[in-house]
Amino acid sequence: MNQIPALVRVFTYLSILTVGGGMAAFPEMKVLTVEVHKWLTFPQLIHLYSVGQMAPGPNMMMIVAIGQWAGGILGAIAVLIAFFGPTAVLAFVVARAWKQLENWPWRTSIQQGLAPVSIGLLLAGCFTMAKGAISGVETGAIAVGVLLILLQYKINPALLVLGGAVVGVLSFMPK
Amino acid sequence: MAETAVKPALEPGGTAATAVAVSIWEIFLEFLIIGATSFGGVVPYLRGSLVTKRHWIDDKEFVEMLSISQSLPGLNATNMAVLVGEKLRGPLGSIAGILGICLPGGLLMFTVGIFYHHHGEHVWITAALKGVAAAAVGLILATVVSLSKKSLSHNFDFVFMAMTVIAVNRLHLGVPRTLVVVGILAILFHRPRKHQKESAAQ
Repeated sequence: MNQIPALVRVFTYLSILTVGGGMAAFPEMKVLTVEVHKWLTFPQLIHLYSVGQMAPGPNMMMIVAIGQWAGGILGAIAVLIAFFGPTAVLAFVVARAWKQLENWPWRTSIQQGLAPVSIGLLLAGCFTMAKGAISGVETGAIAVGVLLILLQYKINPALLVLGGAVVGVLSFMPK
Repeated sequence: MAETAVKPALEPGGTAATAVAVSIWEIFLEFLIIGATSFGGVVPYLRGSLVTKRHWIDDKEFVEMLSISQSLPGLNATNMAVLVGEKLRGPLGSIAGILGICLPGGLLMFTVGIFYHHHGEHVWITAALKGVAAAAVGLILATVVSLSKKSLSHNFDFVFMAMTVIAVNRLHLGVPRTLVVVGILAILFHRPRKHQKESAAQ
């Protein structure tokens, strides 16, 4: 139960890193939850994140599971508040200020400048995850397949992740 | 989330531009529905619900709010809930929105987490998860490609993107330092120029 202060600290910190999306925080999430606090293993983190892609709503709800494992129901609630509270307050404050900054020329500069950095963070998170998730020709083929299908066709990504589960069962079940 | 103790703010939300007053309960319910049905990415569902179905915000406001959401820390989904809720009903609207959008997925992942903790070692689950994780990598790569097409305004932006990846994955600088260093460089690169001033301010 005394994991809760640590959970709050870690997830408050991670929340500030989620510029452009939750994946931006993934490399640090791996270090803090897996290596420092050992709340779960790296494969478990990857599994939770990936399964979370099939769930509706904000795509980082898997953090609830980490909180639950480390600190029970209270841990889950603590993690939710820590992860979504600070950024919600920030968004609230900025929303009010942002309108007044409409004619501030740097506003566009900030948006244009943060765009490549946030995409870079997403890609960095993706590479961190790929190190654990892509382990051979088959997993590589699944990833490339999903990428190509999504670039080519308008299809719900959650269905493709589900499809990954089916392909996984078909290819990786020990005979 | 924790801010349930916030006093009821019934001031008619200084910025509310909607003709009909929207109740806190309606905001909560609408975001709850989005939170429960938005499989495969929240943004299209948000637009369909808030702009097309409810007319709570118009398309221009939606794009504007989305670009604010993307520049700020926090997930697009929850930032949008806060921004739209704020516009409709002030602080309580924001809280209703974020609670609604988080609740279904949160409960689901809570249950999934418990199930996975107990049964994650089964061979068929391990096999399925291996496929799911690989598919998720493909999904993130596709997001990278489509975001690059949509939101990069200069070819040099790919250099900033590469610098970010190298700083995090190779130099292990950590996300905060990377964000500050590369972020400031990129913002300076996109600094306001005299001839752009009119178009930048729209």
